[in-house]
Amino acid sequence: MSVYILKRLLVAIPVLLILIVFTFVLMYAAPGSPFASERGVPPAVLANLQAQYGLDQPFHMQIWRYIVALVTEFDFGPSFIYRDQDVNSLIAQGFPVTLTYGFWSFLVAVIVGGALGILAAVRHNTWLDYLAVGISIGAQVLPNFVLAPILVLTFTLWLGWLPGGGWQGGQWQFVILPVIALSTSYMASIARIARASMLEVLTSNYIRTARAKGLSARRVILRHALKPALLPVISYLGPAFVGMITGSVVIDIYFSTGGIGQFFVASALNRDYGVMMGITILLGALTIFFNLLVDVLYAWIDPKIRY
Amino acid sequence: MALLEITDLTVSFDTPDGVVKAVNGMTLALDAGDSLAIVGESGSGKTQLAFATLGLLARNGRAGGSVRFDGQDILNLPEDKLNAIRANEIAMIFQDPMTSLNPYLRVGEQMTEVLMLHKGASRRDALTESARMLDAVRIPDAQARLGMYPHEFSGGMRQRIMIAMALLCRPRLLIADEPTTALDVTVQNQIMQLMADIQRDFGTALILITHDLAIVAGSCRRTLVMYGGRVMETGPTDDLFEAPSHPYTRGLLNAVPRLDVPQETLRTIPGDPPDLTALPSGCPFSPRCPASHDPCSSLMPPLEGFGSGRLRACHAAREAIT
Repeated sequence: MSVYILKRLLVAIPVLLILIVFTFVLMYAAPGSPFASERGVPPAVLANLQAQYGLDQPFHMQIWRYIVALVTEFDFGPSFIYRDQDVNSLIAQGFPVTLTYGFWSFLVAVIVGGALGILAAVRHNTWLDYLAVGISIGAQVLPNFVLAPILVLTFTLWLGWLPGGGWQGGQWQFVILPVIALSTSYMASIARIARASMLEVLTSNYIRTARAKGLSARRVILRHALKPALLPVISYLGPAFVGMITGSVVIDIYFSTGGIGQFFVASALNRDYGVMMGITILLGALTIFFNLLVDVLYAWIDPKIRY
Repeated sequence: MALLEITDLTVSFDTPDGVVKAVNGMTLALDAGDSLAIVGESGSGKTQLAFATLGLLARNGRAGGSVRFDGQDILNLPEDKLNAIRANEIAMIFQDPMTSLNPYLRVGEQMTEVLMLHKGASRRDALTESARMLDAVRIPDAQARLGMYPHEFSGGMRQRIMIAMALLCRPRLLIADEPTTALDVTVQNQIMQLMADIQRDFGTALILITHDLAIVAGSCRRTLVMYGGRVMETGPTDDLFEAPSHPYTRGLLNAVPRLDVPQETLRTIPGDPPDLTALPSGCPFSPRCPASHDPCSSLMPPLEGFGSGRLRACHAAREAIT
């Protein structure tokens, strides 16, 4: 197993390199540049700026210098827009925020969604099941950019219970609304997956065997049905986590939380090559890492999978 | 008093296509230590009969009549009382050993939980006893096998594990639902031999459910032939095979392929198994019966005794004798 994990981590290196090259090429292929905007910069100043940031170099040299700096010094380079900040400090500033509410959203989605789905399956065709299915369908069709203003309207403007934005170093009042807005649709998806999979598992022959042993319904569910029922949920966790981190774009804009999501959007609009590259690589690395985590978790639950 | 007394049992399922009547008034009795084969083709209700006996019907299933085990009314027993009987007093072996063991749990865990639940055994004692039982069903190197997962065993081995698991609590009744259907013929033989040995050694009453007449002959004292959820004929196995009375029994025996007589094609019983949502009001076999006549399709013949300890439900057979 540890050999497998090591192999997967080694494979991640070329994957990330390919990601870097692709992003670099795409970015440069897109029209415009950080400085050639409508601002009417004099040509001499422009040439100076480009030389300053290395944009006057040949393309392959630019990629090469970027990768070397990244590998040797873990340096993502300067931001092309925020004058006095480099990408490392922007990420250091925004990523903990994103990770904080991302982590809580993930936890809420998995625990609430999983519990809701399994409960619905166990109480199949009762009011509880119908309620859970109703909630999850409702929550799934509600995009976070619609849910976020509804939450702010309700809990900030009408009830006045929670702040409608800001972060304040991640005090709990400021975390709640972003977490609800981000986790709800994933919670709903997980509930639906868990319910469908549990329903299927409950009709399987080995569950009948477990019942024929005289085990209590509780024990049949927890010991015999839970593991297999959670497998499809686990394979959804990788994409879900990545989706949550990238979905933070909307959250950052609505709640002014200051995560990397807002830098990401701004960087695309401003042609801030440095920030765009930095966040893309970060998200790519996270995706790879999380998919590995999911595979390891999968093997841990399913004895038929051995690496 | 018989160990198991089933009286006028009915099992039906509510489905979108209507009510499926799987068992329609079955009556049978089994003494402690005795053995009974229940024979019938697919859809004759034999498996549902077994499930009803353990209270294992699917959610949309309903059972009527009565099933009494050792004087207790199984059909109206609360779930916790039923759980105390399952595996402890009545154990069941299922048709498909490939899917009947939980693929996510070690064999040892699946076996020990039975003993820990019903006998209050410690994990250590339960493991020792489980290994002993695997040894009894002739699984070599039993101790090491307890730590393995079901997918590491062949089909025949898995069925042996199922048998060992069923016997852990020394149940008084063992119901084997087509235990050899999913296995190779050579393995079938071994499993049947094992079941016969176990029945003798443990003194367990056995109900063997099968559609394979070949495995019935040597393994059960009595045989019951089922069709459309009803008893067609029952009696001592040897008598029934030697002189089948019911046209359906004769058809079944006739359909067994023989190696000693040249045969061009397989002999079958013409027609299809009955549609369980629309059974005739009379004998369910009447649409396919070569001896079918006037009262057969409208009037169900009663189960009547004849010969020594034999019963049958057939108008034609009765008329032929009187």
